[in-house]
Amino acid sequence: MLKATRTLAILLAAGLGLAAGAAQGAGEAKHPHAPPGGWSFEGMFGHYDKAAVQRGFQIYKEVCAACHGMEYVAIRTLGSPSGPGYSEDEVEAVAAEFRVPAGPDPQTGSLVDDIGLPRLRPALPSDRFTSPYPNDIAARAANGGALPPDLSVIAKAREGGASYIYSLMTGYQEPPPGVTLEAGMHYNPYMAGGQIAMPPQLVPDRVAYEDGTEASVEQMASDIATFLNWAAEPELEFRKKLGFMVISYLAVLSLLVFLAYRRLWRNVGH
Amino acid sequence: MSQTQADTTVTRRDFIYLGAGAFAAVGGAAALVPLIHQMNPAADVRALATIDVDISAIAVGQQIKVMWQGKPVFVRHRTPEDIAAAEAVDLSALRDPVPDSERRANAEENGMDRPDWLIVVGVCTHLGCIPIEGRGDYGGWFCPCHGSHYDTAARIRLGPAPTNLPKPPYVFLSDSEVQIG
Amino acid sequence: MSHQSTYRPTGPFTEWLDKRLPVPRLMHDSLVDFPTPRNLNYWYTFGGILTFCLISQIVTGIILAMHYTPHVDYAFESVERIMRDVNFGWLLRYAHAVGASMFFFAVYVHIFRGLYYGSYKAPREVLWMLGVVILLLMMATAFMGYVLPWGQMSFWGATVITNFFTAIPLVGNAITEWLWGGFAVGNATLNRFFSLHYLLPFVIFGVVILHIWALHVPGNNNPTGIDVRGKQDTVPFHPYYTVKDGFALSLFCILFAWYVFFAPNALGHPDNYIPADPLVTPPHIVPEWYFLPFYAILRSIPDKLLGVIAMFGSIAILFVLPWLDRSPVRSLRYRPMTQIFFVGFVVACGVLMYCGGKPAEGVYVLWARLATAYYFAYFLLILPIVGLIETPRKLPDSIAKPVLPAPALAGGTPIGATAAPHTDG
Repeated sequence: MLKATRTLAILLAAGLGLAAGAAQGAGEAKHPHAPPGGWSFEGMFGHYDKAAVQRGFQIYKEVCAACHGMEYVAIRTLGSPSGPGYSEDEVEAVAAEFRVPAGPDPQTGSLVDDIGLPRLRPALPSDRFTSPYPNDIAARAANGGALPPDLSVIAKAREGGASYIYSLMTGYQEPPPGVTLEAGMHYNPYMAGGQIAMPPQLVPDRVAYEDGTEASVEQMASDIATFLNWAAEPELEFRKKLGFMVISYLAVLSLLVFLAYRRLWRNVGH
Repeated sequence: MSQTQADTTVTRRDFIYLGAGAFAAVGGAAALVPLIHQMNPAADVRALATIDVDISAIAVGQQIKVMWQGKPVFVRHRTPEDIAAAEAVDLSALRDPVPDSERRANAEENGMDRPDWLIVVGVCTHLGCIPIEGRGDYGGWFCPCHGSHYDTAARIRLGPAPTNLPKPPYVFLSDSEVQIG
Repeated sequence: MSHQSTYRPTGPFTEWLDKRLPVPRLMHDSLVDFPTPRNLNYWYTFGGILTFCLISQIVTGIILAMHYTPHVDYAFESVERIMRDVNFGWLLRYAHAVGASMFFFAVYVHIFRGLYYGSYKAPREVLWMLGVVILLLMMATAFMGYVLPWGQMSFWGATVITNFFTAIPLVGNAITEWLWGGFAVGNATLNRFFSLHYLLPFVIFGVVILHIWALHVPGNNNPTGIDVRGKQDTVPFHPYYTVKDGFALSLFCILFAWYVFFAPNALGHPDNYIPADPLVTPPHIVPEWYFLPFYAILRSIPDKLLGVIAMFGSIAILFVLPWLDRSPVRSLRYRPMTQIFFVGFVVACGVLMYCGGKPAEGVYVLWARLATAYYFAYFLLILPIVGLIETPRKLPDSIAKPVLPAPALAGGTPIGATAAPHTDG
């Protein structure tokens, strides 16, 4: 047993050390932080705060969606009980508010309408949150040369995840002395390089929350970060629940096999 | 070691081996679930399992084809002659005897009695080809692959196909909209 | 097989089959009644764990290939579809991605165990060399697999690694273009990497069979490094080591599951969730953690060609290790001087891994260079020289000897615990 414990201790230290070894510095950007209460979806029993995800979606719909798409997130997933949990009717109503490319005209085969713009139709729940721009060139042209990134997996694509989004949204400030901003840029210490093309979006009461929550900047930043984390990891609740079951099972299995091992080797000197 | 002790030892040892082995087997079986279930239709495919079709623009005598679950569905606005022909058939002469009243849109299955609407899955029940509209000897469809003839209620009349074209689950949401699936 | 077969057909059918295709006999002789030294410790369970890793990677990989699209326009999207829409797709993909890390973690433990107990020495040179071949194949497979999601790290990792070949004089550029199927990493590259990523695991599987064959001819080494003298030194592989390996595997799976379910992206890089963009290079390109030591060796040498040579050399040198170590004693348990140098070697590997993940500047370059120097010195100077000058401790007379009169020696500490190697994988 002593041998086993010792081997295991060395291996565990090494195994857990992998995570630390893999963590990369985030360049010169300031280290992001979570809101004061932390995140409900962290930890072994993490889950999404449904109300926060719904409020976050309201911000996405009313603020972010003007420039950012979520090309990999289907509208139907808003009905997911381990996410926003909207009803079927609510999801259909949301879908109808979005416009998606309509495909070729059945008569003419044309992809554009009478004035040369892409043909659009109201979205269905099975559609995704497409970008508001027909292509990257149009997106850049409308944003002073900067490309608003797709938000589907933004929480996984940035060091710090949801905390990064929260910090970035609340982190706009006047540039410190000595920092000269490029044209059209804004100072934000959480952005790598300190300069971000997106203007500050959240001012108090930017949205009127449907559930009556006070729309402070921190509240909105926390809600949009929660929503985007859900968008990036819709499987999180199921994953953690299943993980808890799997590890519990393996712990019992290990114990049983260990007992069998002890019993088997009882009379063998080794 | 007495006989009794030896017996107990054997029993306990067997129990722990069996227990550990059985427990491992249960885990192994559980691990197969994701490996197998991943081949079932994915969420995005299932989301397209139901479609809404606008039928307001289909004139009497016309037919449209819509895609439903990767297969063509024929939505046919039948003429009074089509209906009369379908109703006049002697059921005993049919290979797959179903009266026209059950083939067309009826209140029981589809929420509305509409003899003028026929909605069927357009896949020949012989070997999966798509029958052609307006051909064949019975005013319905004709399958070019092996020569099956369907009538105006999409029932098999001649040729190798064993059964009628199947009717998909559908309901009339209104006079102008049908939900298939 | 080096031992007398004890297989007895159980019925008319098995008897009939045994005369025609003795597969049951082969299985029985190599997995059931294979005589195995009785003193193998937990470091020896990693062979079984690695077999599990390989099978797990092949199974999850075949499944992922059912849903993945190897095209620059669809690869990233198809991976997201696996994560979101395919039933249990997220589980299968995370198990495959984390599985690669677990595979390397286990293989590194396995290699350090071989180094410590002298498992590469005669008569196991071919066994060891086949192991190095497997390591090389694993590296190629892992590298190509990392390219498939077609994120930023996929693309730029592929660009940097394939550019190694431009270091070759005269034909370097031609070889690199041949690898790419174009003038930069592109769709052709993605397609061939997918094809080879699917093929190589089966090649690994074949070499693993040879590896096990080569193991079963001389039989297992053991922590004492002395040869098996007779039946009193061994136990049958089954059930003794199947159960012991099973216990270790179960513990290993807990670590595996912890990463899959609670930290699935901890071992990856966030940039790989940004779709590949050939116009924008990420500020820090880092390979996966298991390549960091080799990456550090590459960067510690300021010359392009020499850097690439050093990096490949750091693995190639393992092929000749059996002939570099001149000591007549196998196990470092009885080689006090080499033991100390071995600890230094493990530390050097750790330093290389750490430096490989840091920008190549300032103090990290110095550390990486010192560690690189030690890495090569360990094989080229320390092992050949120390092996000749050190005085080994007294070897036990047999494997069974030190453990048979156990109650008398007591003290409670079994021999295996006194010399457990101090490695961190």
